[in-house]
Amino acid sequence: MTMLFGIPLSVLFGQLLLGLINGAFYALLSLGLAIIFGLLRIINFAHGAQYMLGAFAAVLGLNYLGVNYWVALVLAPLLVGALGMLIERGLLRRIAGEDHLYGLLLTFGLALIVEGSFVKLFGVSGLSYPMPEQLKGGYNLGFMFLPTYRAWVVVAALVVCLATWFMIERTRLGSYLRAGTENPRLMQAFGINVPLLITLTYGYGAALAAFAGVLAAPIYSVTPTMGANLLIVVFAVVVIGGMGSIMGAIVTGLAMGLIEGLTKVFYPEAANTVVFLVMVIVLLVRPAGLFGKEA
Amino acid sequence: MTSLHSPDYEQLRVSDLHAFYGESHILHGIDLLVRRGELVTLLGRNGSGRSTTLRAIMNMVGRRTGSIVINGNETLGIAAHLIPRLGVGFCPEERGIFASLNVEENLLLPPMVRSGGMSLDEIYEMFPNLYERRFSQGTRLSGGEQQMLAMARILRTGANLLLLDEITEGLAPVIVQKLAEVLIKLKNKGLTIVLVEQNFRFAAPLADRHYLMDHGQIVEEIGAAELSSKQELLHRCLGV
Repeated sequence: MTMLFGIPLSVLFGQLLLGLINGAFYALLSLGLAIIFGLLRIINFAHGAQYMLGAFAAVLGLNYLGVNYWVALVLAPLLVGALGMLIERGLLRRIAGEDHLYGLLLTFGLALIVEGSFVKLFGVSGLSYPMPEQLKGGYNLGFMFLPTYRAWVVVAALVVCLATWFMIERTRLGSYLRAGTENPRLMQAFGINVPLLITLTYGYGAALAAFAGVLAAPIYSVTPTMGANLLIVVFAVVVIGGMGSIMGAIVTGLAMGLIEGLTKVFYPEAANTVVFLVMVIVLLVRPAGLFGKEA
Repeated sequence: MTSLHSPDYEQLRVSDLHAFYGESHILHGIDLLVRRGELVTLLGRNGSGRSTTLRAIMNMVGRRTGSIVINGNETLGIAAHLIPRLGVGFCPEERGIFASLNVEENLLLPPMVRSGGMSLDEIYEMFPNLYERRFSQGTRLSGGEQQMLAMARILRTGANLLLLDEITEGLAPVIVQKLAEVLIKLKNKGLTIVLVEQNFRFAAPLADRHYLMDHGQIVEEIGAAELSSKQELLHRCLGV
């Protein structure tokens, strides 16, 4: 068997693939957080709960309504996005302009309520979601085995991330979003409905989280706390990439997944802490984050 | 619709306007009237409430009382983003060029509020520098170019009432001259302009009337013809 630094190549590539998949989830989730933070200046602690709601929407939709995977992939983000818009209109809007801490506490409280209710309803052991027929099986690439579903996760996440980047950086709606991030007051004075823009942005961020949740359902156990566990790492990713930076969130998400994968191969004990180690180093060297513009 | 085009048409009427930032009472009962096609200045020292008057018209300050009628619509009760749609273009004192947008994106940012705005070609013809630098990041421009951009941006929207806040501040004399030419062109197009200006020599030859402000109140209204007879008052209030 081919070896590299005393590690079988198939093990190395296997871990890199797992890392890439985790990275795809980090990218999707940190992208949503970055967009929301950019315009609303709110650190959305409910993001993990919104990811979990996406996964549960897929499971419950299948079990009770017979909604298949592909429909769930569209419907769950719409549902969770709509819920996000209600939360923005009803709750977050009331604390707009207050200290960051209020938004953080409010969304954290919401996440605890939602996750607690789901533990009460569904227990903590978790539900499973069947792999969609079309994505079963895999390919033997010679040096490793590539499961179809995992390849699909990476491709789907990348497409959605890049489409979002394109929308923000290259379209008129995106220019409203970028300008609104800088100076919402002046945008109003140009006749742009900034409150509506804010509602849609929060809804889109929540929808991205739910999309990631549906993608995760067939490969991770669907539990009420699945988002809370992931969210801590995702926050570290956002800080490393630079708060509010779109490309930063995507690139850093993927990179951190890969770094975690590599660490699992070479020094497994550090795999769960390596992201935070990177965060500490980045904060020491570049306090605004790798892609952040200002302090 | 003859009244719409007659020179007596009231484009902007502000009556007994009070404005507050938090606890501080900034404007104390402003009354002013601007007719279609007029160029009116608000003169006064720093802190006399001129910029706040413009910001209050745009609903960008805290609380307001009184009345602001724009193109026949009372605007005190309406949301900030609906005011520009009555045909108002606002050029803020800090210019408000967006760093994350390039020059052309900055130009295209404000939505059209009515027909009859200048096309992108006409704007580039009026400001050739902006054409040359259209793909530069907005804040990489010189101060003068940024000011041109802030002006050009609202000309595209078709707004027929322009509120311009300190557009000559900190600019070289040659740029100030260029801005004066632009204002004359806009006036000849029939646009109505309210100009907050520190530079009295810039404003005096352009304006039809001046409102002199002090301590959040209008202390005097001076027609262009009365300027020489009111020199002493101007000296006292402006320190020029």
